[in-house]
Amino acid sequence: MRKTCLDMVHTLAKSDPRVVFIGSDLSPGLLGKMKAEMPERYYMEGVTEANVIGMAAGMAMDGYMPFVNTIATFITRRCYEQVALDLCLHDLPVRLIANGGGLVYAPLGPTHLAVEDIAIMRALPKMTVTAVADADEMVRLMRATLDWPHPIYIRLGKGGDPIVSKEENGFAIGKAIVMRPAGGRDRVLLVSCGVMTGRALKAADLLAKQGIAAEVIHVHTIKPLDSKLIVERARDVRSVFTIEEHTTIGGLGSAVLDVLSEELGPNMPYVKKLGLSDEFAKNYGSQDDLLELNGLQPPQIAGQVERVLMQARVA
Amino acid sequence: MKVVRLAQASPPLDERSLYLRSLVVRGLVGGNRGHVGSSMSLIEILRVLYDDILRFDPKRPNWPERDRCILSKGHGCLALYAMLADKGFIPVAELDRFCHVDGILGGHPERGKVPGVEASTGALGHGLSIGVGMALAARMQKRDSRVFVVMGDGEINEGSVWEAALAAGKHKLRNLCAIVDYNKIQSAGPTAEIQDLEPLVDKWSAFGFATVDVDGHDVDALRNLLQRLPFDAERPSAVICHTVKGKGIPFAEGDPKWHHQSNFEAKVLEDLQQAVGGMR
Repeated sequence: MRKTCLDMVHTLAKSDPRVVFIGSDLSPGLLGKMKAEMPERYYMEGVTEANVIGMAAGMAMDGYMPFVNTIATFITRRCYEQVALDLCLHDLPVRLIANGGGLVYAPLGPTHLAVEDIAIMRALPKMTVTAVADADEMVRLMRATLDWPHPIYIRLGKGGDPIVSKEENGFAIGKAIVMRPAGGRDRVLLVSCGVMTGRALKAADLLAKQGIAAEVIHVHTIKPLDSKLIVERARDVRSVFTIEEHTTIGGLGSAVLDVLSEELGPNMPYVKKLGLSDEFAKNYGSQDDLLELNGLQPPQIAGQVERVLMQARVA
Repeated sequence: MKVVRLAQASPPLDERSLYLRSLVVRGLVGGNRGHVGSSMSLIEILRVLYDDILRFDPKRPNWPERDRCILSKGHGCLALYAMLADKGFIPVAELDRFCHVDGILGGHPERGKVPGVEASTGALGHGLSIGVGMALAARMQKRDSRVFVVMGDGEINEGSVWEAALAAGKHKLRNLCAIVDYNKIQSAGPTAEIQDLEPLVDKWSAFGFATVDVDGHDVDALRNLLQRLPFDAERPSAVICHTVKGKGIPFAEGDPKWHHQSNFEAKVLEDLQQAVGGMR
């Protein structure tokens, strides 16, 4: 997903003279071809996140569309005020490409885990927040960025994530996708974003084997949220499960909860937020290890759904 | 607390400088508040820029070929508003609605709301990075526009300013000029006590700027200096302007408590108006 995303910056730059790449202090040789072909639109600026965001804003004010790339924690927390004021207050078409969203950098520890990035980006007016499922969908997102006039946060997965998105589902920023439809009032709704959609689909398969119909909605754009689709699909179900590689504070789950509460009031379904617990990671290992510790692997997701349904039956 | 004044040898303020200050006072009266000291120290810097240096057209505030002037110390906005009113970007009467609920002139300037304001500033340490981006944009677009970024001395405590300075030096932005309104007093007190900046000229030079210091109230000296820009064909320029906080308002000069004031008593307003030679 990361390589695809960066390659797309080069591809887009070939046809659109507004596209500029700005990195902080990334791998040597990154986007080497772009640097060779169009050195005037390739910048590697060092460990200066605050400056890089302001600089991108200045370029955008004069007609450019900078794609800024660094590690997710640093492009969000480190320069939050620059993102809020330079980008969002001015409502500029700058793109933040955030390496290693969620638990990708598990072995590097909590300084490198971006587990509240969606929450803090989502809180900013004018900011668009995206987390696509795989590399194929990244291509579709990157194409769509050219026509989107606002700042965009682009959360990247680890890379090599299984391809679960489908071309025929189409892609538009702000439009969620029903990845796995299910019928009947007894169905449950799984709402997920980013690479958790792949795991949600697997969980749905496991649930099907238990005779539980699970519908999966993939929310690649957490803001603006596709409230219409989510409300429409949640209106007649008893329970909704949100699944995210992110703290349960302020992310996809909170966004879904807000809109269901707002739109359906006392008739809203039960909503269970599945995500990361409110603490700094205590363990290293891999992304999968930490997902497992947080109960976010497909069998665990399916198990949580079953438990909730069981409790509902008992009640 | 009075502190030593470092630009005391400046020539007396002429009628134009007093007039521009009267516009600032008009804004202070209109909003019944404002950063008095921070605006008054800036007047000659902005006056020379807008009268003699910058290329702009008030009828086309977004003219691509214009020079960009970012007031990074956004709290000095009354000085900028006075200048923009004087040049016809906004009606002078707009100053009477400073900070009003239905006005466009806020306590910090906003791009898109006020014609002529290049960047929304107020949080400190943002302007130079934006200026670096604009200077690079001009280079990419092969425009000869220049970019001026006016900062406060307290503002340059911010680490982001020095990140931006590194970038400007690296890219050899000869079309960028950093200007520091060095009035030696930040909000909490004298810069020498709160966060000493010296040796300031050496610092900017070390970051890759061709740096010159000047009396920031001496209009002729400022004009002569800025007309020589760029100071070096291969480097960005920095101008350290020695100024007096509250310049032109005898009871405010050099006094940190005049950094910002509100709810003026009638007598104080009268004194302010008198200090600038009355309202025109």
